[in-house]
This record gives sequence, structure tokens and C-alpha cells, in this order.
Amino acid sequence: MDQIILQILNGLDKGSAYALIALGLTLIFGTLGVVNFAHGALFMLGAFCTVTLSRILTLSHEVIDESRKDFLGNPLKVDVPYIYDWFGESTGAAIIDWAVPLSILFAIPVMIGIGVLMERGLVKHFYNRPHADQILVTFGLAIVLQEIIKYYFGANQIPAPAPEAFVGSFDFGAAVGFDAGAIIYPYWRIVYFCFAMVLIGAVFAFLQFTTFGMVVRAGMADRETVGLLGINIDRRFTIMFGIAAAVAGLAGVMYTPINSPNYHMGMDFLVISFVVVVVGGMGSLPGAVLAGFVLGILESFASMRQVIELLPGINQVVIYLAAIVILLTRPRGLLGRKGVMED
Amino acid sequence: MFGLDKKDTSLLLIVAALVALAPIILNPFPEGSALAQFNAGYPDLMQRFVIFGIFAIGFNILFGLTGYLSFGHAAFLGAGSYAGMWMMKLLTINVIPAIIFSTIIAGVISLAIGWISLRRSGIYFSILTLAFAQMAFALAASVLTPITGGETGLQTNLNDPRVLPSFLGGGASADGNIPKPSLFGIEMSASFELPVGSWVWTFNWGYYICAVMMLLAFYLAIRVFRSPFGLMLKAVKSNQQRMNYTGLNTRPYMLACFVISGMYAGLAGGLMAAMDPQVGAERMQWTASGEVVLMTILGGVGTLIGPVLGAGLIKYFENIFSKINDNLLHQWFSFLPDGLENFMVTIIHPFIGKGWHLTLGLMFMGIVIFLPGGLVEGGQRIKAMFKGKKAEKATKTTPAE
Repeated sequence: MDQIILQILNGLDKGSAYALIALGLTLIFGTLGVVNFAHGALFMLGAFCTVTLSRILTLSHEVIDESRKDFLGNPLKVDVPYIYDWFGESTGAAIIDWAVPLSILFAIPVMIGIGVLMERGLVKHFYNRPHADQILVTFGLAIVLQEIIKYYFGANQIPAPAPEAFVGSFDFGAAVGFDAGAIIYPYWRIVYFCFAMVLIGAVFAFLQFTTFGMVVRAGMADRETVGLLGINIDRRFTIMFGIAAAVAGLAGVMYTPINSPNYHMGMDFLVISFVVVVVGGMGSLPGAVLAGFVLGILESFASMRQVIELLPGINQVVIYLAAIVILLTRPRGLLGRKGVMED
Repeated sequence: MFGLDKKDTSLLLIVAALVALAPIILNPFPEGSALAQFNAGYPDLMQRFVIFGIFAIGFNILFGLTGYLSFGHAAFLGAGSYAGMWMMKLLTINVIPAIIFSTIIAGVISLAIGWISLRRSGIYFSILTLAFAQMAFALAASVLTPITGGETGLQTNLNDPRVLPSFLGGGASADGNIPKPSLFGIEMSASFELPVGSWVWTFNWGYYICAVMMLLAFYLAIRVFRSPFGLMLKAVKSNQQRMNYTGLNTRPYMLACFVISGMYAGLAGGLMAAMDPQVGAERMQWTASGEVVLMTILGGVGTLIGPVLGAGLIKYFENIFSKINDNLLHQWFSFLPDGLENFMVTIIHPFIGKGWHLTLGLMFMGIVIFLPGGLVEGGQRIKAMFKGKKAEKATKTTPAE
């Protein structure tokens, strides 16, 4: 029993990442009808927003500290971040420590900007081209973005630690009545899951309860009619593209303490996210979220030692296996609607 | 000739001539000159040109004719490589069984994958093939280690059994080294160097074996394109629903096409193993599938010659661009004043060496955006431009009433 709960918990954080990326992909697909292969790259760009911000925060200048000596006996040179000068040492240190959560504020405008730029600059011209062309051009874009990041940040992983307050693990087992130490779960993963739930909730609430969201949903159902009513649906869809990019970016920002960002992390997630979208049903937002969590949990169950002993290698292929089974038995995916991508 | 019409025959003959003379054509710059690094006429690279040419021709039979975008073709390439490798380990170092067996194995695997994947179309088909390829990759790298050698890969060893008699390439080699893949005793790496003036032309045995296979593959592809079967596949591309309404079951045609395409990939994989006897799982990764898509698109989807051109161009750029370094750039721009020289080098630096993928990505985006028909369409447009000018002149000369 404790094993089962542990695996479900383990699946939740990966599932959250899958769900967030798949949600963005589905938003883009549902609104604009574009298959965006660069979405993994957006996730990666989000993660590198964190890296950039923490580099900006730790920009420092050299100060000669007379009270300490280096090994040659000269006065020690200490790097002092500018932020210490401005806010004082303790506040400055706290700001640097909280760089990852702060990056959310930094990443939202950046990612919306990138998303809007991408839609206006590139994707707009591909609405009337076949899906294969859309896949290919965004695939090319993904390569370009990835290589640019590699050029500036190098090919190695760049660690971005979580704030001090969230380091360590929460003894989940003890809290719900199992033996102490049976179910241990890192705090940051709880934060990640909660963050993902809030973000998903926010996107759904935005679509459901605002006028803007209502118009977007109407546009998803019948773009032409909404346009005929005199509403500039293109502009709203552009903004939705920006929001989808921001969702993917934020998923990347918060994922950095779990997995240090490197330039190809987007591609690693992209393939799986596409599987998630297809399993959930093309164009279905709840389907994408559901499939994200289901596949995340499935993956963590498959990596249990007992399961691997029974079926070696299952942890590597379970997602694809599930995708194949679901596509063949439920052709529209878990919650897919009729008439979307049927041809 | 060969059951082809005049136009196709001349195309085949031109390709054959180009391929046969490739060691000369691809070495236009004299040895030791500053431009010698642009030469592509060395065996290793030429082999890759034709092998990836085969791969891309096969992919084009599926994607170009039916419009089904498979993102999992690398799985067949990898399976073919492993199969060929095992033949060389178990049976004989002679490459013929390896090539035949790799094609068959890839055919069987593509039959299984195609049978399932072809139940769906469009993006679902892409995702299904991608899922299968990723599964194959993950399994090859982990669980199937006894067969695939896992992360370290598979290579020929000194103590492989090679059960066939020695005149057929079995057993150990005479000099006690690890035997090299050969065709009835002539090693794949054997080459004949012909110095002419300051040029050196290398005629490599392995390259010519691959080239012959490529020409065969190319010929077969022409036949497929021109056959009623090919016409059926084109009809699937333009409107599958209407095909079904007319009472035709398209599934067997699609499956046959998928298997043919998979066998091409297997053949390429087998040749790859024969030229360079070591195989790793990374050959099956989805980036490799992406690469063949790039080649086909770059050359021109659905055209005969396009995929070969695309494969050649991408492999050429991969090799040449990744070889250029900053020192070389400084040499090239040394005629400029210092500041300008450094500026130029800084500008170009991200696109060369390790950054050549950036160039590839940009090139690829450019092709998809501006030239969806690839290089072939580009050539046609240029041709049309010249013809258009002539036509304009012709109209001008006619006196206006």
C-alpha cells in the first residue's frame, strides 16, 4: 500500500510537467489548428529563463576585503553581487535563494513575448499549409532555438537549486499513518504539483469565466462565425498562443530544481508530450491534463523494482505502449471530440 | 530501356554517370590548396552520400507517394544494421548475406509496425510510428543488450564463429586481425588512388558497392513511381476517402508501400554496418528519423531525384561545416582589415563547427517556408525564370497590332 501511494506521488510531478506541456500544445492546436513541434523548445526556454535570471541576480563586482587574506597574504578579493549593495546582505541573499520562484515573474512576460512573436512571425503563415508542413517548420524552429541556447549556455546541465526552505523531504507516510520513512517525498515536488494544479486551474478558469475566454472558446468551436460577428478572433488567438507558450515556459521554470536544465530537455519532453496529447484526444483540454497525469503515474509504476523484474525494460516503453493501445482501441483518445483531425 | 520511358532512362543514366564519376566530380579542388577542405571525394563521406540516398529514396516512397509522414524510420535503419552485423558475426564476413538479411529483417519489422500504425492516418500515424521507434530505441539500449550490445553497441570480434568455409569469408582472418567486411576477399575499405596532376582521386571498393545498390534502389523507385501501384498510392495521397468510396481497399497498398519503404531503410542500415562494422542504438533515435525527413524535404518530396540530392547535401554540410574552425575563418577573411576580419569571424562563428546544427535548422526552416517543393522545385523555378525571360523576349519581338 505504501509502495502504491509512493508511486502515485512520484508520478504526480512528472505527470504535472507532461500535463502542462500537453495543455499548451492542445491550446495551440485547438485554437489555431497548428501542430507545434517547437513546444518542447518553449519548455526549455522557460527553464533557461530561470538560469538567466539567477545569473542576472548574481551579477557581481569585486570588492577587496582587508580583513581576510588569501593564501599569498594579499587582501582577499570577494565577489559581491550588486543586489547586496542595493538591498542589504540578508535580503539580497534571500532574493538569490528564491531565484527559481522569482523567475515566474520574469518568465511570464518573456514567454508571452516569445509566443506572440513566434505566432506573428512564423506560425501565422502556416495556417493554410498541410499539417506536415507545420510540423516540419516548427521542428526546424525547435532545432534553431535549441542550438541558440546551446551556443550561449553550453551543452552541460546548469544546476538551479530550489530555495533553502524547500530543500529536503516531507515524510508523507508518517503524516497519513504509515511507518515513518516509508513514503518520503521532496518538498519541491509537492510545490511543483500544487503549482501545476493552480496553473491548470487558472487556465481553465480563464477560459470558462472571462469574456475573453468565452470568445476564445467560441472561436475554437467555429472560428468563421465568430469572425463574422465582427470579433477580431485572430488577435485573441495570438494572445492564446502567448499564454500557451507561457504555460510551457512556467512548467520549465519550476522544473529546474527537479532536473537541471540542459539544451535538449525540450526535445526529451516533446516526444512524450505529443504522445500525451494524442492519448488525451487532440483538441481536448481536460483530456490533455488527464492523460498527462495518467501517463506520468503509469511511468512511475512501471519503474518499480518489482515490475521491472517481471517485465524488464517496461519502464522505458510503457508510455509508448499505452499510447499504442489507446490509439488502437479508442481512436480519438481518452476524451477526444468527434471531427478533430479525423482526416 | 529497362522498361522505362525516355525521360526516366536519361535520368537514370545521368544519375548513374554522376555516381560512377563521383570520386572525380566531388574532388574539384587540387590537393593542398586552400579550398581542399571543400572536397568531398573521400570514401567515408561518399559512402554516406549513397547510403543515406538509399534511406531517403525509401522514405520518399512512403512520404512522397502517400503523404504519410513516418517519424519512425530510424527503427528500420537500426534493425537492418543490427541484422547485418549479426550475419557478419555468425555467418561470414562477406557482405552479401548481411545486406540480404538486413533487408529481410527490416521488412518483417516494418510489416508488424505498419500493420498496426496504418490503422490511423495523419498526425496519429506519425505519433504511432514515433512511439514504435522510440520503443525500439529504448529496448535496444537497455533490455535487448544481449542482441544489440546496449549502450556500447555491436562490433565484429576476433572470436566470432563465422561458420561458413573460409573461401566464402567465414572463419578468422589469415593475419590474425579482426577480419574486415569484404566481398569475396576484396575488403570494403580497399581503394585505388589515382594521382592526376595535383589532384588525387580515390576509387573505393565499398563506395562502388553502395553505389550499385543505390542505383538498383533508384531504378526500383522509378518503377514504383511509374507503376499502377504507384498511381494507387498517389491517389491515396490526394484523396483517400474517395478511394474508399469507390470500393477499393487501400490498406494492402499502404502496407506494401510501408514495407517497401522499411526494406529500403533496412538495406541502408545493412550497408552502413558493412562499411563501418559497429552499430550503436543511437542510430534508432528519433533524431535520426527526423534527419531523413529533413533530407527528403530539402531535396523535394515526391520527386525521384530530390531525396538523393537532399541526402547528399545534408551529409556534405554536416561534414564540411563541422570541420571549419575559427583559424580557417581568419585565414579566409585575412584580406579584410583586422577589425572587420574579427567581426566577420564572430558573426559566422556560431554557424560552423559544433554549431552546424543551427545552420541546418535555419536552412531547413527556409526551405519549408519559401520552397516547400525543395531543391527540385527551386531548380524548376530557376528554369522557368529563364524560360519565362525567353518567352517574354519572344512576345516582345512579335509586332504589336
